[in-house]
Amino acid sequence: MTIKLLYFAGLREALGTNGEEIALPGVVSDVAGLKAFLAARGAAWQVLAQSRSLRAAVNQQMAGPDSKISDGDEVAFFPPVTGG
Amino acid sequence: MSVSLQREAFDVGKEIAALTSGRHEIGAVASFVGLVREINAASGGAGEANQVSAMMLEHYPGMTEHALENIIAEARQRWELLAVRVIHRFGRLLPGDPIVLVIVAGAHRGEAFAACEFIMDYLKTQAPFWKKEEGADAAARWVDARESDATAARRWGKP
Repeated sequence: MTIKLLYFAGLREALGTNGEEIALPGVVSDVAGLKAFLAARGAAWQVLAQSRSLRAAVNQQMAGPDSKISDGDEVAFFPPVTGG
Repeated sequence: MSVSLQREAFDVGKEIAALTSGRHEIGAVASFVGLVREINAASGGAGEANQVSAMMLEHYPGMTEHALENIIAEARQRWELLAVRVIHRFGRLLPGDPIVLVIVAGAHRGEAFAACEFIMDYLKTQAPFWKKEEGADAAARWVDARESDATAARRWGKP
């Protein structure tokens, strides 16, 4: 399946990209699996596995590690929010 | 249109007037305005090293609007509200600039005060905004989320 990935704030800067379209292997089915898959891509991506405070959203809804991912989804990773 | 994300400043008086115009069932309006402070969020102390010269507000277009609308819907479930308006700015702001406006109108003050505080507490912890401070030395740093904000949101209980 193919999904759209978005990165925000400090994570966007650490990764040096706003986001990407990515084709995922069949074994990746949830947010935790996606994080592990991305972290394995190289040193710069380790931050996805190491940062315990990192938040995720699937299709613009806050998501947990068990949240399922499907073809065409928009998945975002970002630090805890600091608005207001 | 109860939610706006914008670069421009807002006029509190005009917003309240627009929200309450012709709505004579409204008996109470509570509003909150958040401003950019000149003191670094983490240090909280005075002194040049902790001075903030500007603040960059980043958000997640699309999700931010949905998150704010969900927070307002949650407030409307908890209290009898007659009108709600939330404006949040993004982009580069300076100390003293208004960042956020919440206006809640109800028949009586109790629900207006409570819902206004609830919306701000949830906005702080649920809406995807991120602040980056520029210091006097031109160095920029991302503001860390504060445990006190999470505590403030938790006191309202689970949605």
